[in-house]
Amino acid sequence: MTEIPAVENAITIRDLVVDYGTRRILDGINLDIPAGQIMVIMGGSGAGKSTLLRCILGLKKPTSGSINILGTEVNGVRARDMHALRKQMGVAFQGGALFSSMSVAENIQLPLREHTRLDETTIEIMTRIKLDMVNMLPHEHLMPAELSGGMTKRTALARAIIMDPKLLFFDEPSSGLDPSTSAELDELIIMLKNSMRMTIIVITHELDSVFKIADHIAVIGEGRILETGTPEQIRASTNLEVQDLLHRKARETVVDADAHLRRLVGEEE
Amino acid sequence: MLKKLENIGTYTLTGLEQTGRTFNLLLLVLWELARPPYRFYTIVRQIYFIGARSLSLIVISGVTIGMVLGLQFYSILERFGSVNLLGAGVALSVIRELGPVMTALMVVGRAGSAITAELGIMRITEQVDALECMAISPNKYLVAPKVIAGLISVPLLTAVFDSVALFGGYFVGVVMFGVAEGSYMNGMIDAVEWEDVRLGLVKSVIFGVLITLICCAKGFYMHLTKAGSQGAEGVSFVTTDAVVLSSIAVLFSDFLIGAIFS
Repeated sequence: MTEIPAVENAITIRDLVVDYGTRRILDGINLDIPAGQIMVIMGGSGAGKSTLLRCILGLKKPTSGSINILGTEVNGVRARDMHALRKQMGVAFQGGALFSSMSVAENIQLPLREHTRLDETTIEIMTRIKLDMVNMLPHEHLMPAELSGGMTKRTALARAIIMDPKLLFFDEPSSGLDPSTSAELDELIIMLKNSMRMTIIVITHELDSVFKIADHIAVIGEGRILETGTPEQIRASTNLEVQDLLHRKARETVVDADAHLRRLVGEEE
Repeated sequence: MLKKLENIGTYTLTGLEQTGRTFNLLLLVLWELARPPYRFYTIVRQIYFIGARSLSLIVISGVTIGMVLGLQFYSILERFGSVNLLGAGVALSVIRELGPVMTALMVVGRAGSAITAELGIMRITEQVDALECMAISPNKYLVAPKVIAGLISVPLLTAVFDSVALFGGYFVGVVMFGVAEGSYMNGMIDAVEWEDVRLGLVKSVIFGVLITLICCAKGFYMHLTKAGSQGAEGVSFVTTDAVVLSSIAVLFSDFLIGAIFS
Protein backbone atom coordinates (compact mmCIF):
# COMPACT_ATOMS: atom_id res chain seq x y z
CA MET A 1 0.00 0.00 0.00
CA THR A 2 1.32 3.42 -0.94
CA GLU A 3 1.82 5.62 2.06
CA ILE A 4 0.35 9.09 1.73
CA PRO A 5 3.08 11.65 2.48
CA ALA A 6 2.36 13.90 5.46
CA VAL A 7 1.72 17.52 4.58
CA GLU A 8 4.36 19.62 6.31
CA ASN A 9 2.84 22.92 5.42
CA ALA A 10 -0.91 23.23 5.76
CA ILE A 11 -0.88 26.33 3.57
CA THR A 12 1.71 27.51 1.06
CA ILE A 13 1.38 30.93 -0.53
CA ARG A 14 3.60 31.98 -3.44
CA ASP A 15 3.97 35.41 -5.08
CA LEU A 16 0.47 36.48 -4.13
CA VAL A 17 -0.56 39.81 -5.61
CA VAL A 18 -3.92 41.53 -5.11
CA ASP A 19 -4.90 44.79 -6.78
CA TYR A 20 -8.02 46.84 -6.10
CA GLY A 21 -8.26 48.96 -9.23
CA THR A 22 -4.94 50.74 -9.47
CA ARG A 23 -4.11 50.18 -5.79
CA ARG A 24 -1.83 47.24 -4.88
CA ILE A 25 -3.01 45.69 -1.61
CA LEU A 26 -0.82 42.58 -1.49
CA ASP A 27 2.53 42.73 -3.23
CA GLY A 28 4.17 39.35 -3.75
CA ILE A 29 3.31 37.50 -0.54
CA ASN A 30 5.27 34.29 0.12
CA LEU A 31 4.26 32.41 3.22
CA ASP A 32 4.41 28.85 4.59
CA ILE A 33 2.00 27.95 7.36
CA PRO A 34 3.15 24.80 9.18
CA ALA A 35 0.58 22.13 9.98
CA GLY A 36 -0.55 21.68 13.58
CA GLN A 37 0.75 25.00 14.85
CA ILE A 38 -0.56 28.46 15.57
CA MET A 39 0.47 31.00 12.97
CA VAL A 40 -0.27 34.61 13.81
CA ILE A 41 -0.40 37.07 10.95
CA MET A 42 0.10 40.50 12.47
CA GLY A 43 0.35 44.00 11.11
CA GLY A 44 -1.07 47.48 11.42
CA SER A 45 -4.41 48.68 10.05
CA GLY A 46 -4.54 48.60 6.26
CA ALA A 47 -1.49 46.33 6.04
CA GLY A 48 -3.44 43.76 4.00
CA LYS A 49 -4.11 41.12 6.69
CA SER A 50 -7.83 40.81 6.01
CA THR A 51 -7.31 40.72 2.22
CA LEU A 52 -4.78 37.92 2.70
CA LEU A 53 -7.29 36.02 4.82
CA ARG A 54 -10.05 36.51 2.23
CA CYS A 55 -7.72 35.17 -0.48
CA ILE A 56 -6.88 32.09 1.59
CA LEU A 57 -10.59 31.47 2.25
CA GLY A 58 -11.38 31.77 -1.45
CA LEU A 59 -13.59 34.82 -0.89
CA LYS A 60 -11.31 37.06 -2.94
CA LYS A 61 -9.66 36.10 -6.20
CA PRO A 62 -6.03 37.23 -6.29
CA THR A 63 -4.61 39.13 -9.24
CA SER A 64 -1.76 36.61 -9.50
CA GLY A 65 0.13 34.04 -7.43
CA SER A 66 -0.81 30.71 -5.93
CA ILE A 67 -2.32 29.43 -2.70
CA ASN A 68 -2.05 25.78 -1.83
CA ILE A 69 -4.23 24.53 1.03
CA LEU A 70 -3.85 20.98 2.34
CA GLY A 71 -2.38 19.96 -1.01
CA THR A 72 -5.09 21.61 -3.13
CA GLU A 73 -4.29 24.54 -5.36
CA VAL A 74 -7.02 27.10 -4.65
CA ASN A 75 -6.68 29.23 -7.79
CA GLY A 76 -8.77 27.78 -10.58
CA VAL A 77 -10.09 24.99 -8.37
CA ARG A 78 -13.49 23.56 -9.32
CA ALA A 79 -16.42 24.70 -7.18
CA ARG A 80 -16.98 21.13 -5.96
CA ASP A 81 -13.37 20.78 -4.80
CA MET A 82 -13.46 24.18 -3.08
CA HIS A 83 -16.62 23.01 -1.36
CA ALA A 84 -14.82 19.90 -0.10
CA LEU A 85 -11.84 21.99 1.02
CA ARG A 86 -14.04 24.42 2.92
CA LYS A 87 -15.52 21.56 4.92
CA GLN A 88 -12.02 21.11 6.36
CA MET A 89 -11.81 24.76 7.35
CA GLY A 90 -13.47 26.65 10.19
CA VAL A 91 -13.65 30.42 10.29
CA ALA A 92 -14.43 32.70 13.23
CA PHE A 93 -15.09 36.14 11.79
CA GLN A 94 -14.16 39.38 13.50
CA GLY A 95 -17.77 40.37 14.25
CA GLY A 96 -18.88 36.78 14.81
CA ALA A 97 -21.12 36.71 11.70
CA LEU A 98 -23.76 34.83 13.70
CA PHE A 99 -27.18 34.45 12.09
CA SER A 100 -29.44 36.79 13.99
CA SER A 101 -32.60 34.72 13.50
CA MET A 102 -31.03 31.65 15.12
CA SER A 103 -30.15 30.93 18.75
CA VAL A 104 -26.58 30.21 19.85
CA ALA A 105 -27.17 26.44 19.60
CA GLU A 106 -28.88 26.68 16.20
CA ASN A 107 -26.00 28.76 14.84
CA ILE A 108 -23.53 26.10 15.90
CA GLN A 109 -25.64 23.24 14.57
CA LEU A 110 -26.03 24.73 11.09
CA PRO A 111 -22.93 23.13 9.46
CA LEU A 112 -23.83 19.73 10.97
CA ARG A 113 -27.38 19.93 9.65
CA GLU A 114 -26.17 20.97 6.21
CA HIS A 115 -23.33 18.51 5.72
CA THR A 116 -24.16 15.45 7.79
CA ARG A 117 -27.05 13.04 8.20
CA LEU A 118 -26.64 12.80 11.96
CA ASP A 119 -29.74 12.24 14.06
CA GLU A 120 -31.08 14.95 16.34
CA THR A 121 -29.64 13.41 19.54
CA THR A 122 -26.10 13.23 18.12
CA ILE A 123 -26.33 16.80 16.87
CA GLU A 124 -27.47 17.92 20.32
CA ILE A 125 -24.59 16.07 22.01
CA MET A 126 -21.97 17.44 19.61
CA THR A 127 -23.33 20.96 20.04
CA ARG A 128 -23.15 20.67 23.81
CA ILE A 129 -19.57 19.38 23.69
CA LYS A 130 -18.42 22.35 21.61
CA LEU A 131 -20.43 24.82 23.67
CA ASP A 132 -18.84 23.42 26.80
CA MET A 133 -15.37 23.80 25.28
CA VAL A 134 -15.94 27.52 24.77
CA ASN A 135 -17.84 27.97 28.08
CA MET A 136 -21.11 28.85 26.37
CA LEU A 137 -23.21 25.89 27.51
CA PRO A 138 -25.43 27.92 29.89
CA HIS A 139 -26.21 30.40 27.11
CA GLU A 140 -27.21 28.02 24.31
CA HIS A 141 -30.77 29.38 24.08
CA LEU A 142 -29.78 33.04 23.84
CA MET A 143 -30.11 34.94 20.58
CA PRO A 144 -27.03 36.68 19.07
CA ALA A 145 -28.45 40.12 19.94
CA GLU A 146 -28.38 39.15 23.63
CA LEU A 147 -24.68 38.21 23.67
CA SER A 148 -21.71 40.28 24.83
CA GLY A 149 -18.67 40.77 22.56
CA GLY A 150 -16.73 37.92 24.21
CA MET A 151 -19.73 35.58 24.10
CA THR A 152 -20.25 36.34 20.40
CA LYS A 153 -16.62 35.48 19.64
CA ARG A 154 -16.79 32.27 21.66
CA THR A 155 -20.00 31.24 19.86
CA ALA A 156 -18.37 31.98 16.50
CA LEU A 157 -15.43 29.85 17.59
CA ALA A 158 -17.72 26.97 18.59
CA ARG A 159 -19.42 27.14 15.18
CA ALA A 160 -16.03 27.18 13.46
CA ILE A 161 -14.91 23.98 15.21
CA ILE A 162 -18.18 22.03 15.13
CA MET A 163 -17.07 20.01 12.08
CA ASP A 164 -13.62 19.32 13.63
CA PRO A 165 -11.78 21.17 10.86
CA LYS A 166 -8.10 20.70 10.05
CA LEU A 167 -7.67 24.45 9.68
CA LEU A 168 -9.08 27.13 11.95
CA PHE A 169 -9.02 30.80 11.02
CA PHE A 170 -9.65 33.44 13.64
CA ASP A 171 -9.96 37.04 12.49
CA GLU A 172 -9.07 39.60 15.19
CA PRO A 173 -10.08 37.55 18.25
CA SER A 174 -9.21 40.37 20.68
CA SER A 175 -10.81 43.31 18.91
CA GLY A 176 -13.36 45.15 21.02
CA LEU A 177 -12.75 42.98 24.08
CA ASP A 178 -11.50 43.90 27.54
CA PRO A 179 -8.06 42.47 28.52
CA SER A 180 -9.40 39.66 30.71
CA THR A 181 -11.90 38.41 28.10
CA SER A 182 -9.17 38.69 25.49
CA ALA A 183 -6.83 36.60 27.68
CA GLU A 184 -9.58 33.96 28.10
CA LEU A 185 -9.90 33.70 24.33
CA ASP A 186 -6.14 33.35 23.95
CA GLU A 187 -6.16 30.42 26.39
CA LEU A 188 -9.06 28.91 24.48
CA ILE A 189 -7.09 29.08 21.22
CA ILE A 190 -4.07 27.37 22.82
CA MET A 191 -6.34 24.72 24.34
CA LEU A 192 -7.89 24.05 20.90
CA LYS A 193 -4.47 23.57 19.33
CA ASN A 194 -3.41 21.14 22.02
CA SER A 195 -6.65 19.18 22.27
CA MET A 196 -7.79 19.10 18.64
CA ARG A 197 -4.37 19.24 16.94
CA MET A 198 -5.55 21.67 14.33
CA THR A 199 -3.62 24.29 12.40
CA ILE A 200 -4.75 27.69 13.63
CA ILE A 201 -4.26 30.92 11.73
CA VAL A 202 -4.95 34.04 13.76
CA ILE A 203 -5.12 37.51 12.24
CA THR A 204 -4.51 40.18 14.85
CA HIS A 205 -2.74 43.39 15.74
CA GLU A 206 -2.84 42.86 19.51
CA LEU A 207 0.77 42.35 20.66
CA ASP A 208 -0.14 40.74 23.97
CA SER A 209 -2.14 38.04 22.21
CA VAL A 210 0.45 37.59 19.46
CA PHE A 211 3.32 36.63 21.75
CA LYS A 212 1.09 34.60 24.05
CA ILE A 213 -0.41 32.26 21.48
CA ALA A 214 1.93 32.19 18.47
CA ASP A 215 4.19 29.32 17.45
CA HIS A 216 5.04 31.28 14.32
CA ILE A 217 4.51 34.90 13.41
CA ALA A 218 4.30 36.59 10.03
CA VAL A 219 4.53 40.38 10.17
CA ILE A 220 2.82 42.08 7.28
CA GLY A 221 3.17 45.73 6.30
CA GLU A 222 2.05 47.65 3.23
CA GLY A 223 1.07 44.45 1.49
CA ARG A 224 4.40 42.69 1.96
CA ILE A 225 5.70 40.11 4.42
CA LEU A 226 8.22 42.03 6.51
CA GLU A 227 9.39 39.14 8.67
CA THR A 228 8.47 35.58 9.58
CA GLY A 229 9.72 33.46 12.46
CA THR A 230 9.15 32.32 16.00
CA PRO A 231 8.11 34.92 18.61
CA GLU A 232 11.74 35.13 19.81
CA GLN A 233 13.00 35.68 16.26
CA ILE A 234 10.42 38.42 15.67
CA ARG A 235 11.35 40.16 18.94
CA ALA A 236 15.01 40.06 17.90
CA SER A 237 14.30 41.17 14.35
CA THR A 238 16.58 43.88 12.97
CA ASN A 239 13.95 44.93 10.46
CA LEU A 240 13.18 48.56 11.34
CA GLU A 241 9.55 48.37 10.21
CA VAL A 242 8.98 45.33 12.44
CA GLN A 243 10.63 47.03 15.41
CA ASP A 244 8.63 50.19 14.75
CA LEU A 245 5.40 48.16 14.70
CA LEU A 246 6.30 46.33 17.93
CA HIS A 247 7.28 49.50 19.79
CA ARG A 248 4.44 51.62 18.42
CA LYS A 249 1.99 49.02 19.62
CA ALA A 250 3.73 48.88 22.99
CA ARG A 251 3.56 52.69 23.30
CA GLU A 252 -0.15 52.64 22.37
CA THR A 253 -0.74 50.08 25.13
CA VAL A 254 1.01 52.29 27.70
CA VAL A 255 -0.95 55.35 26.57
CA ASP A 256 -4.21 53.38 26.75
CA ALA A 257 -3.38 52.11 30.25
CA ASP A 258 -2.41 55.63 31.36
CA ALA A 259 -5.65 57.11 30.01
CA HIS A 260 -7.65 54.33 31.68
CA LEU A 261 -5.89 55.01 35.00
CA ARG A 262 -6.58 58.74 34.75
CA ARG A 263 -10.23 58.06 34.00
CA LEU A 264 -10.46 55.83 37.08
CA VAL A 265 -8.81 58.45 39.32
CA GLY A 266 -11.11 61.13 37.88
CA GLU A 267 -14.15 59.00 38.63
CA GLU A 268 -13.06 58.47 42.24
CA GLU A 269 -12.44 62.20 42.77
CA MET B 1 -20.49 68.58 -21.74
CA LEU B 2 -17.81 65.90 -21.71
CA LYS B 3 -18.45 65.36 -18.01
CA LYS B 4 -22.18 64.87 -18.66
CA LEU B 5 -21.46 62.34 -21.40
CA GLU B 6 -19.06 60.56 -19.03
CA ASN B 7 -21.78 60.41 -16.36
CA ILE B 8 -24.31 59.03 -18.83
CA GLY B 9 -21.76 56.39 -19.86
CA THR B 10 -21.05 55.47 -16.25
CA TYR B 11 -24.76 55.15 -15.38
CA THR B 12 -25.39 53.04 -18.49
CA LEU B 13 -22.50 50.70 -17.70
CA THR B 14 -23.58 50.40 -14.06
CA GLY B 15 -27.15 49.66 -15.17
CA LEU B 16 -25.99 47.01 -17.63
CA GLU B 17 -23.68 45.48 -15.04
CA GLN B 18 -26.49 45.27 -12.46
CA THR B 19 -28.93 43.81 -14.99
CA GLY B 20 -26.37 41.20 -15.97
CA ARG B 21 -25.70 40.39 -12.33
CA THR B 22 -29.43 40.00 -11.61
CA PHE B 23 -29.87 37.72 -14.62
CA ASN B 24 -26.82 35.73 -13.56
CA LEU B 25 -28.35 35.35 -10.09
CA LEU B 26 -31.51 33.96 -11.68
CA LEU B 27 -29.46 31.35 -13.56
CA LEU B 28 -27.57 30.44 -10.36
CA VAL B 29 -30.84 30.12 -8.46
CA LEU B 30 -32.32 27.85 -11.16
CA TRP B 31 -29.15 25.73 -11.10
CA GLU B 32 -29.23 25.46 -7.31
CA LEU B 33 -32.93 24.62 -7.28
CA ALA B 34 -32.34 21.66 -9.54
CA ARG B 35 -29.86 20.13 -7.06
CA PRO B 36 -30.58 18.55 -3.67
CA PRO B 37 -31.00 19.22 -0.79
CA TYR B 38 -34.43 20.73 -1.39
CA ARG B 39 -35.29 23.27 1.26
CA PHE B 40 -39.06 22.89 1.58
CA TYR B 41 -39.19 24.21 5.13
CA THR B 42 -37.21 27.35 4.24
CA ILE B 43 -39.48 27.94 1.23
CA VAL B 44 -42.58 27.55 3.43
CA ARG B 45 -41.12 30.07 5.89
CA GLN B 46 -40.54 32.53 3.07
CA ILE B 47 -44.07 31.97 1.71
CA TYR B 48 -45.34 32.79 5.18
CA PHE B 49 -43.22 35.96 5.26
CA ILE B 50 -43.93 37.19 1.71
CA GLY B 51 -47.43 35.79 1.33
CA ALA B 52 -49.29 35.25 4.59
CA ARG B 53 -47.93 38.35 6.31
CA SER B 54 -48.90 40.53 3.33
CA LEU B 55 -52.46 39.27 3.37
CA SER B 56 -54.02 42.01 5.51
CA LEU B 57 -52.39 44.72 3.41
CA ILE B 58 -53.61 43.07 0.21
CA VAL B 59 -57.16 42.71 1.54
CA ILE B 60 -57.36 46.34 2.67
CA SER B 61 -55.86 47.75 -0.54
CA GLY B 62 -57.96 45.38 -2.70
CA VAL B 63 -61.27 46.40 -1.09
CA THR B 64 -60.32 50.10 -1.27
CA ILE B 65 -59.30 49.96 -4.92
CA GLY B 66 -62.42 47.94 -5.82
CA MET B 67 -64.58 50.56 -4.10
CA VAL B 68 -62.79 53.44 -5.84
CA LEU B 69 -63.21 51.70 -9.20
CA GLY B 70 -66.89 51.07 -8.47
CA LEU B 71 -67.36 54.74 -7.61
CA GLN B 72 -65.53 56.08 -10.66
CA PHE B 73 -67.08 53.64 -13.12
CA TYR B 74 -70.56 54.28 -11.73
CA SER B 75 -70.27 58.07 -12.12
CA ILE B 76 -69.01 57.70 -15.73
CA LEU B 77 -71.39 54.92 -16.82
CA GLU B 78 -74.39 56.70 -15.30
CA ARG B 79 -73.87 59.60 -17.75
CA PHE B 80 -74.32 57.21 -20.65
CA GLY B 81 -77.04 55.17 -18.99
CA SER B 82 -74.89 52.05 -18.98
CA VAL B 83 -74.62 51.20 -15.27
CA ASN B 84 -75.34 47.57 -16.21
CA LEU B 85 -71.70 47.48 -17.46
CA LEU B 86 -70.36 48.32 -13.98
CA GLY B 87 -69.54 44.71 -13.08
CA ALA B 88 -67.76 44.16 -16.39
CA GLY B 89 -65.72 47.36 -16.05
CA VAL B 90 -64.58 46.65 -12.50
CA ALA B 91 -63.84 42.98 -13.19
CA LEU B 92 -61.82 43.53 -16.36
CA SER B 93 -59.79 46.41 -14.85
CA VAL B 94 -59.01 44.39 -11.75
CA ILE B 95 -58.29 41.00 -13.33
CA ARG B 96 -56.28 42.21 -16.33
CA GLU B 97 -54.36 45.16 -14.86
CA LEU B 98 -54.87 46.47 -11.37
CA GLY B 99 -54.86 43.16 -9.51
CA PRO B 100 -51.41 41.93 -10.58
CA VAL B 101 -49.82 45.39 -10.64
CA MET B 102 -51.14 46.64 -7.29
CA THR B 103 -50.40 43.32 -5.57
CA ALA B 104 -46.83 43.37 -6.89
CA LEU B 105 -46.32 46.98 -5.77
CA MET B 106 -47.69 46.18 -2.30
CA VAL B 107 -45.40 43.15 -1.99
CA VAL B 108 -42.42 45.27 -3.10
CA GLY B 109 -43.19 47.85 -0.41
CA ARG B 110 -43.74 45.34 2.38
CA ALA B 111 -41.64 42.26 1.69
CA GLY B 112 -39.25 43.37 -1.07
CA SER B 113 -37.72 46.14 1.00
CA ALA B 114 -37.32 43.75 3.94
CA ILE B 115 -35.61 41.17 1.71
CA THR B 116 -33.07 43.71 0.45
CA ALA B 117 -32.39 45.06 3.93
CA GLU B 118 -31.98 41.53 5.35
CA LEU B 119 -29.54 40.41 2.65
CA GLY B 120 -27.69 43.74 2.73
CA ILE B 121 -27.17 43.50 6.49
CA MET B 122 -26.11 39.85 6.14
CA ARG B 123 -23.57 40.94 3.53
CA ILE B 124 -22.00 43.76 5.57
CA THR B 125 -21.88 41.69 8.76
CA GLU B 126 -20.03 38.88 6.92
CA GLN B 127 -22.90 36.41 7.38
CA VAL B 128 -22.92 35.65 3.64
CA ASP B 129 -19.14 35.08 3.76
CA ALA B 130 -19.66 32.83 6.78
CA LEU B 131 -22.12 30.70 4.81
CA GLU B 132 -19.63 30.36 1.95
CA CYS B 133 -16.87 29.39 4.37
CA MET B 134 -19.17 26.73 5.85
CA ALA B 135 -19.51 25.32 2.30
CA ILE B 136 -23.19 26.33 2.25
CA SER B 137 -24.23 28.00 -1.00
CA PRO B 138 -25.74 31.43 -0.15
CA ASN B 139 -27.62 31.34 -3.46
CA LYS B 140 -29.35 28.15 -2.45
CA TYR B 141 -29.74 28.95 1.23
CA LEU B 142 -30.75 32.61 1.06
CA VAL B 143 -31.86 33.63 -2.43
CA ALA B 144 -33.55 30.59 -4.02
CA PRO B 145 -36.24 30.12 -1.29
CA LYS B 146 -37.17 33.81 -1.55
CA VAL B 147 -37.53 33.69 -5.34
CA ILE B 148 -39.65 30.51 -5.19
CA ALA B 149 -41.76 32.02 -2.42
CA GLY B 150 -42.31 35.11 -4.59
CA LEU B 151 -43.29 32.90 -7.52
CA ILE B 152 -45.90 31.11 -5.39
CA SER B 153 -47.09 33.95 -3.15
CA VAL B 154 -47.66 36.79 -5.60
CA PRO B 155 -50.16 34.91 -7.83
CA LEU B 156 -52.05 33.73 -4.72
CA LEU B 157 -52.08 37.24 -3.29
CA THR B 158 -53.25 38.54 -6.67
CA ALA B 159 -56.17 36.09 -6.56
CA VAL B 160 -57.08 37.40 -3.11
CA PHE B 161 -56.72 41.00 -4.28
CA ASP B 162 -58.94 40.35 -7.31
CA SER B 163 -61.64 38.68 -5.19
CA VAL B 164 -61.84 41.42 -2.56
CA ALA B 165 -61.61 44.20 -5.19
CA LEU B 166 -64.60 42.68 -7.01
CA PHE B 167 -66.42 42.61 -3.69
CA GLY B 168 -65.48 46.31 -3.14
CA GLY B 169 -66.93 47.20 -6.56
CA TYR B 170 -70.04 45.14 -5.78
CA PHE B 171 -70.49 46.91 -2.46
CA VAL B 172 -70.36 50.39 -4.02
CA GLY B 173 -72.41 49.53 -7.11
CA VAL B 174 -75.06 47.21 -5.70
CA VAL B 175 -75.31 48.13 -2.01
CA MET B 176 -74.58 51.89 -2.17
CA PHE B 177 -75.93 52.93 -5.57
CA GLY B 178 -78.59 50.30 -6.06
CA VAL B 179 -77.39 48.72 -9.28
CA ALA B 180 -79.27 45.46 -9.85
CA GLU B 181 -77.31 42.55 -8.42
CA GLY B 182 -78.07 40.32 -11.41
CA SER B 183 -76.94 43.03 -13.82
CA TYR B 184 -73.64 43.48 -11.93
CA MET B 185 -72.90 39.76 -11.66
CA ASN B 186 -74.01 38.80 -15.17
CA GLY B 187 -72.09 41.71 -16.69
CA MET B 188 -69.01 40.48 -14.90
CA ILE B 189 -69.49 36.82 -15.90
CA ASP B 190 -70.20 37.69 -19.54
CA ALA B 191 -67.27 40.09 -19.91
CA VAL B 192 -64.49 38.13 -18.25
CA GLU B 193 -63.00 35.38 -20.39
CA TRP B 194 -60.40 32.78 -19.64
CA GLU B 195 -57.90 34.87 -21.65
CA ASP B 196 -58.26 37.73 -19.14
CA VAL B 197 -57.67 35.46 -16.17
CA ARG B 198 -54.67 33.88 -17.91
CA LEU B 199 -53.17 37.30 -18.63
CA GLY B 200 -53.52 38.29 -14.97
CA LEU B 201 -51.98 34.99 -13.88
CA VAL B 202 -49.02 35.30 -16.28
CA LYS B 203 -48.39 38.85 -15.09
CA SER B 204 -48.50 37.92 -11.41
CA VAL B 205 -46.10 34.98 -11.90
CA ILE B 206 -43.60 37.17 -13.78
CA PHE B 207 -43.95 40.01 -11.25
CA GLY B 208 -43.42 37.57 -8.38
CA VAL B 209 -40.11 36.36 -9.78
CA LEU B 210 -39.05 39.80 -10.96
CA ILE B 211 -39.53 41.69 -7.70
CA THR B 212 -37.99 39.04 -5.43
CA LEU B 213 -35.06 38.64 -7.81
CA ILE B 214 -34.35 42.39 -8.03
CA CYS B 215 -34.71 42.86 -4.27
CA CYS B 216 -32.47 39.83 -3.57
CA ALA B 217 -29.84 40.97 -6.09
CA LYS B 218 -29.72 44.49 -4.65
CA GLY B 219 -29.02 43.25 -1.13
CA PHE B 220 -26.93 40.23 -2.06
CA TYR B 221 -24.54 42.13 -4.34
CA MET B 222 -24.44 45.22 -2.15
CA HIS B 223 -20.71 44.79 -1.53
CA LEU B 224 -19.99 45.22 -5.25
CA THR B 225 -21.52 48.70 -5.31
CA LYS B 226 -20.52 52.00 -3.74
CA ALA B 227 -23.11 51.39 -1.01
CA GLY B 228 -21.13 48.36 0.15
CA SER B 229 -18.62 50.52 1.99
CA GLN B 230 -21.25 52.76 3.60
CA GLY B 231 -22.52 50.40 6.31
CA ALA B 232 -26.06 51.02 7.58
CA GLU B 233 -26.47 54.03 5.29
CA GLY B 234 -25.54 51.81 2.36
CA VAL B 235 -28.27 49.32 3.36
CA SER B 236 -30.88 52.10 3.37
CA PHE B 237 -29.60 53.25 -0.02
CA VAL B 238 -29.84 49.82 -1.67
CA THR B 239 -33.24 49.20 -0.05
CA THR B 240 -34.66 52.41 -1.53
CA ASP B 241 -33.01 51.57 -4.83
CA ALA B 242 -34.54 48.06 -4.82
CA VAL B 243 -38.06 49.37 -4.14
CA VAL B 244 -37.82 52.03 -6.88
CA LEU B 245 -36.28 49.66 -9.41
CA SER B 246 -38.75 46.83 -8.68
CA SER B 247 -41.71 49.20 -8.99
CA ILE B 248 -40.47 50.52 -12.34
CA ALA B 249 -39.76 46.97 -13.51
CA VAL B 250 -43.32 45.92 -12.59
CA LEU B 251 -44.89 48.84 -14.47
CA PHE B 252 -42.68 48.46 -17.52
CA SER B 253 -43.06 44.68 -17.74
CA ASP B 254 -46.84 45.14 -17.30
CA PHE B 255 -46.83 47.13 -20.51
CA LEU B 256 -44.58 44.61 -22.27
CA ILE B 257 -46.66 41.58 -21.23
CA GLY B 258 -49.85 43.42 -22.18
CA ALA B 259 -48.41 44.25 -25.59
CA ILE B 260 -47.18 40.70 -26.21
CA PHE B 261 -50.35 38.91 -25.06
CA SER B 262 -52.79 41.34 -26.60
